[in-house]
Amino acid sequence: MIHSLFLVNSSGDIFLEKHWKSVVSRSVCDYFFEAQERASEPENVPPVIPTPHHYLISVLRHRIYFVAVIQSEVPPLFVIEFLHRVVDTFQDYFGVCTEAAIKDNVVVVYELLEEMLDNGFPLATESNILKELIKPPTILRTVVNTITGSTNVGEQLPTGQLSVVPWRRTGVKYTNNEAYFDVVEEIDAIIDKSGSTITAEIQGVIDACVKLTGMPDLTLSFMNPRLLDDVSFHPCVRFKRWEAERILSFIPPDGNFRLLSYHVSSQNLHPLRSTSLVAIPVYVKHNITFREGSSQGRFELTLGPKQTMGKGVEAVLVNSQLPRGVLNTNLNPSQGTYTFDPVTKLLTWDVGKINPQKLPSLKGSMSLQAGASKPDENPTINIQFKIQQSALSGLKVNRLDMYGEKYKPFKGIKYMTKAGKFQVRT
Amino acid sequence: MGVGRNVTVVYFLLSLVLLPVRMSLVELPEPSVSIPRDVDMSSSPTRNDDLKEMLENNKESLKLEAMKRIVGLIAKGKNASELFPAVVKNVASKNIELKKLVYVYLVRYAEEQQDLALLSISTFQRALKDPNQLIRASALRVLSSIRVPIIIPIMMLAIKEAASDMSPYVRKTSAHAIQKLYSLDPDQKEHLIEVIEKLLKDKSTLVAGSVVMAFEEVCPERIDLIHKNYRKLCNLLVDVEEWGQVVIISMLTRYARTQFTSPWREDGVFDENSERAFYESDEEKTRDDTEIKPYTMDPDHRLLLRNTKPLLQSRNTAVVMSVAQLYWHLAPRNEVSIVTKSLVRLLRSHREVQYIVLQNIATMSIQRKGMFEPYMKSFYVRSTDATHIKSLKLEILTNLANEANISTILREFQTYVKSQDKQFAAGTIQAIGRCATNISEVTDTCLNGLVLLLSNRDETVVAESVVVIKKLLQAQPSQHSDIIKHMAKLLDNITVSMARASILWLIGEYCERVPKIAPDVLRKMAKSFTSEEDIVKLQTVNLAAKLYLTNSKQTKLLTQYILNLGKYDQNYDIRDRTRFIRQLIVPNEKSGALSKYARRILLAPKPAPVLESAYKDRDRYQLGTLSHTINTKASGYLELSDWPAVAPDQSVRNVEVIEPVRIHPSICTALFHFCPDSPPSFFHISCYCPSLPSEKSSSQSEKSSSESDIEQKKKKKMKKPPQKKNVKPPNKDRYQSVMCKPNSWVGPGFGACVCVCDFSSCRMNLLRPHLFSRRLSVSGPAFVPEKSHNLLHRMTGKGLAAQYQFTRQPCLYQPNMVSVQISLTNTSDHRLEQIHIGERSPAGLKIHCFNTIEFLEPDASVTVSMGIDFNDSTQAANFQLCTKEDQFSVSIQPAVGDLFLAVTMTEQDFRKEQGKLQGMNECSATITVTAENTSSQPLNRRVAAMANVGVVPSGQDNVHRFAGKTACSGAVLLVTVELRESSAAVITINTEKSVMGSMLLRDLKKSLAQA
Repeated sequence: MIHSLFLVNSSGDIFLEKHWKSVVSRSVCDYFFEAQERASEPENVPPVIPTPHHYLISVLRHRIYFVAVIQSEVPPLFVIEFLHRVVDTFQDYFGVCTEAAIKDNVVVVYELLEEMLDNGFPLATESNILKELIKPPTILRTVVNTITGSTNVGEQLPTGQLSVVPWRRTGVKYTNNEAYFDVVEEIDAIIDKSGSTITAEIQGVIDACVKLTGMPDLTLSFMNPRLLDDVSFHPCVRFKRWEAERILSFIPPDGNFRLLSYHVSSQNLHPLRSTSLVAIPVYVKHNITFREGSSQGRFELTLGPKQTMGKGVEAVLVNSQLPRGVLNTNLNPSQGTYTFDPVTKLLTWDVGKINPQKLPSLKGSMSLQAGASKPDENPTINIQFKIQQSALSGLKVNRLDMYGEKYKPFKGIKYMTKAGKFQVRT
Repeated sequence: MGVGRNVTVVYFLLSLVLLPVRMSLVELPEPSVSIPRDVDMSSSPTRNDDLKEMLENNKESLKLEAMKRIVGLIAKGKNASELFPAVVKNVASKNIELKKLVYVYLVRYAEEQQDLALLSISTFQRALKDPNQLIRASALRVLSSIRVPIIIPIMMLAIKEAASDMSPYVRKTSAHAIQKLYSLDPDQKEHLIEVIEKLLKDKSTLVAGSVVMAFEEVCPERIDLIHKNYRKLCNLLVDVEEWGQVVIISMLTRYARTQFTSPWREDGVFDENSERAFYESDEEKTRDDTEIKPYTMDPDHRLLLRNTKPLLQSRNTAVVMSVAQLYWHLAPRNEVSIVTKSLVRLLRSHREVQYIVLQNIATMSIQRKGMFEPYMKSFYVRSTDATHIKSLKLEILTNLANEANISTILREFQTYVKSQDKQFAAGTIQAIGRCATNISEVTDTCLNGLVLLLSNRDETVVAESVVVIKKLLQAQPSQHSDIIKHMAKLLDNITVSMARASILWLIGEYCERVPKIAPDVLRKMAKSFTSEEDIVKLQTVNLAAKLYLTNSKQTKLLTQYILNLGKYDQNYDIRDRTRFIRQLIVPNEKSGALSKYARRILLAPKPAPVLESAYKDRDRYQLGTLSHTINTKASGYLELSDWPAVAPDQSVRNVEVIEPVRIHPSICTALFHFCPDSPPSFFHISCYCPSLPSEKSSSQSEKSSSESDIEQKKKKKMKKPPQKKNVKPPNKDRYQSVMCKPNSWVGPGFGACVCVCDFSSCRMNLLRPHLFSRRLSVSGPAFVPEKSHNLLHRMTGKGLAAQYQFTRQPCLYQPNMVSVQISLTNTSDHRLEQIHIGERSPAGLKIHCFNTIEFLEPDASVTVSMGIDFNDSTQAANFQLCTKEDQFSVSIQPAVGDLFLAVTMTEQDFRKEQGKLQGMNECSATITVTAENTSSQPLNRRVAAMANVGVVPSGQDNVHRFAGKTACSGAVLLVTVELRESSAAVITINTEKSVMGSMLLRDLKKSLAQA
């Protein structure tokens, strides 16, 4: 399946290579570099590139291209999913997945890749199992290893490999037993010029951090499970139980993991309804105009909260790609700071918290290239924000119970709403 | 001076190159010295030298450091092959990390240094026998990754052995090794297929994915190997790891297309009651064959669809996609749409995932608009999407357009046309064109919109509009002469050649509708002819010819001028075309009959082009494949066959009842239930698990512990009458413990496979004693000493006291183990939890542990049994007895007599065996026995108490014979006690194990001499 892997940084250097079958010359990457040159943005490099003898399938994460070399037919998603799993594992091990981190830990990276694939076929991709095979590097362990000569590599086959709970390692022990669940919802929306919603949907995830001793068996129930329209589970969740009772029953992996991701969209329930029922938490008043023949344009933007269920809107960040003709801006924010990059034409306004009594605004003028005609399109405004302690869809966890172990764990649930791809067309 | 320096440089370089060669010569003398071709000049000699020094050092830490640096070199793609001899020495290192790094190095360079690589092979062969499954597996992994043709027979042997290993993990590795060996030597195919066939029968979920992968790579055409395993694979699918699921699903898709009839009926009648048919016997099918039956789905076909459906909820996008393609290719039309929601969900994932999923949706949406129409808004383009994502979304939106939603889509398109990404804007214009041709209601609206775009400032937008308008006008040219005029005006400003060519073609084609303008356009083009692009020149020639035919009065001179220019053009296409046109339109003697028809040739009415999706013909490839993505056949792509007209024999998938059932009637019922032949009852097996969380999860913990209590009690009961010579009850007991094992965490559906795994191993163990016994039939012990030994004193054990006793029964777990009964007592005032066995020594010691005891109440005691393989020596077995808080080192010291098993045999056999065991194998002693031991009864008891041997009936009064065999190796032990006069007796012991024989002799001497 996967023949070789090349890691390519943003300046086009191969800084790591690994082969699982016979060695493939790194010149195969020339086809990739060609495609990279042709693409205007780093994201525009096509994920699948055919070459005369191989196929290159790549993913771009953290400004690093992970280029897998394939020799014959394979489902492309198989490779893509695996590459993303590799990145997730690196992130899990080193905290960040940067070129420097990978270079610093090249031996661990190699050991990991060796365990993750055998003859190009995934072998162990579950982080709990990998951590038993190869211990993540910590400063303390490095020091201890250099003194005692002990190793990072486990000697026994992880018990999880052979059991039906491959995601959990055995013999887990904690002094403080705790289980935290974060319900995080992201709202994706497109708002049109007049302020009406074109599409809006909510994508939610429940991320868990479970540090419990032994083999706990957890059940999580919701107040309103009907809200969840389409769900995907971590393999630990018992699907039949969910089908029958709408209860999440599972033996959790140890540590951090994504328990569930779901989709809430009123649009699906009413295919013919043009407006969505998803509440939009912020509104934007904008007035961006360019006049023909003038080298000045007006820019006005005001943000306000709407349907936030009494919670404050925080960490608001506005950015917008202004038309190419804009030379510079002279804007005045009522709060926060703004920057404009004259090269990339990217306007960023870090608003902070929205105060409903005094709405934040950004007003001023833009100077345009003299003599150039006015841009045909007004820029799209992308907004990011956070609302703490509330899930926009109204999803509520009812209770969390633990079976199979005797102690009483500490349980915590947190809710948060974030903007996903939230765009306002002007 | 230059020469002199060059010489030194060359000399220096040569010494660099030769240095490693000289070093390797020491280890492996070769007749001819060859300089390695690819020695990396950039890696400095000093550096690699010091690496070599570090590797040859005795300190482990230095070696490890060196290997880490070497791996760093490999990762960077630098050549480190000259270090091979120094590295390969460390292959047998004790340090596991060092060993692994050496493996990494070996696999990378073995192909280049084949001779040296052979040095490491014996290490791997040894490791293949290691008791640790991880080491066995990794040895096989590396051995099979070394691409050295000479070791193919060794690899083959290792694969075959590993395929029947106890550990499923090793078996999984052997499935991977199959593919490696196949790619190294395709001639081994036939042998490998045998191994694949064997592994396909494996019931472990761990193996399933890997062996199907090997099947796909080695022998995808051997579909017949799948028949018997089809139902098992379907049933195991949910529990297989996610990567294996993808492979199995795609294989099963192919399989199903060859084995079942098409569920896609024109009349659309679909038997909804197929579920019922599923549970019915095969008899019904034969009845149906005669009549023209309505379509009923094969129950196996339904089984596949039903068992893959839950996987749509997988977090792995590849799994979701593969289920989606399975439904697309196999499900009845009305069921395909259940995959829609999940596919749309994948659009939230990473950019690359989006790309592949959107491509597949694009192909699907051409055939089945309805599937995705409700989710239309999910395909709206965002300004932050990558360009290829944008164009795919556009494609899908266009496919989804119909009369009802076209106005919404067009409104959305209007926003896109204004996008700053001009490539995307151009794509939108094409999409509008397609909507306009597909939906006649909006053709005019679209055309007007496009005409407005002609005044756009951006050239690409205008050019694209021109091209699209041209195509639209061709469909209905009658009422649009003003649009043509408008476009003629545009010709002055547009520079994009494709657009200019389109305008020229349009004017030429409809020159009779714009009789005044057309000649003027030709005049302008004649002026600029030389500076135009080729495509524009061709169309100019074309326009000139058409005008010459319709309006020769005005354009004759112009046409000739253009034809002359074309005649001397640099491009031969244009010269060629010019010559052709001249012959065609200007009549002369040579042109012949053809010029009469010039008008009909050039001005023939042309059919309007059909604007269709670029994804129209992609459905010839299986969805989700690489070939589908790149729209060409990738190497190794396996064609999806068409449905057979008549279904092949269904009974090939029936599986007979597995054989061991006959041997052990006691477990017959259980095995019968789990036989995959009847899939619904497959789940019954999980009902045997006494406490399923899904049933009563609240009371689960109590239940499971009470369960283990019951089990312990049962064991106790059984052990009480030890004289019973029955094998059945222990079997049953084993069976129960198997069933109890998964109870703490198995849910329905997830649980089934464990039971299966455990069963297979359990069955193997049960079979073994029979194979082992030869003609020596093991009998029950003649005597079981009551004496129990202290294992752990209650003071040292912090309240936990343990005693052990040899039961002298054949061990249930492994025939070569000695069974030991341990009674544990809690003398403390609190409950002890989780009593189990921890680390053991010596490292290779094989112990079959008892199941962890969840808790032991104060003053309660429990008896458990375990098996220890003493390997026919009286060396103590040391291990740790652990509770939740503490660990105690304990040891069990066997007396030599406990290492035997009693055997029954006739006197005749006894003599025969004795005849074989003479000389070295015999030891004897003369003793004086006490008076009471001279009669047979007490003597027999004395001997039996000392050693676990059976009494052999004897014809002589003064000779007593006893027979036994050693537990581990099964060597025969014969004891003869011959009583002579005046209390003298001769003890003779015949056995291969002379050490054990002499030890036993010493013990017997002592025992019989005592009062």
